Amino acid sequence: MKIIYFAALRREIGVGEETVAPPAEINTVGRLKDWLAGRSPAHAKALSAPRLMAAVNQDYAGMESPVAADDEVAFFPPVTGG
Amino acid sequence: MRSRLLVTQEDFDPGIEIEALSAGQSRSGAIASFVGLVRGASDGVQAMTLEHYPGMTEKQIGGLIEEAAKRWTLDAVTVIHRVGRLEPGARIVFVGVAGRHRAEAFAACEFLIDWLKTQAPFWKLEETAAGDRWVTARASDEERARRW
Repeated sequence: MKIIYFAALRREIGVGEETVAPPAEINTVGRLKDWLAGRSPAHAKALSAPRLMAAVNQDYAGMESPVAADDEVAFFPPVTGG
Repeated sequence: MRSRLLVTQEDFDPGIEIEALSAGQSRSGAIASFVGLVRGASDGVQAMTLEHYPGMTEKQIGGLIEEAAKRWTLDAVTVIHRVGRLEPGARIVFVGVAGRHRAEAFAACEFLIDWLKTQAPFWKLEETAAGDRWVTARASDEERARRW
């Protein structure tokens, strides 16, 4: 599974992208977030941001959205373009 | 409907983009456009760097253009968004819409920029005398988008 971080999350975690192989029970965005938080203190801090947003395969996703092994999952702060 | 969507580090020429909206077609009676700039001096911002999520940006803005085309009769839409480091006064974003009448051109243009601000995955990092800071999302932008 490909995980991508943007903006403040990328800076806090220190990497923009990582490939992970979570166990089968990690099957929603929310469970994945909690599982990733266990990778390092920096992950835990960045992923606990109050208004964290997520996308699965480049579409916005809620914490209950399903995730599977070949998905691309991104975590990021609220967007500020325009 | 013709559409043009570009995410680029390069500057754009609003005049050329406006001309292009009606080039080769005479159905349109109105063109509305919006240009967003880096606001500087009074905010103490020396520069800002825009990053985005390549692929998702195009997917989300493409979806917004499709939605605008469902709501209004449009002949052409152009959305250009710059990324990278930009200084105060620099152009960041262009939205241009050609339609049959002014009301739909104005409405579609405002719809597109309002939704782009809350849906397109861009982030701004500002450089100030006190250091770098991430721009935080504004509730007022979300309220503007929800009006549509």
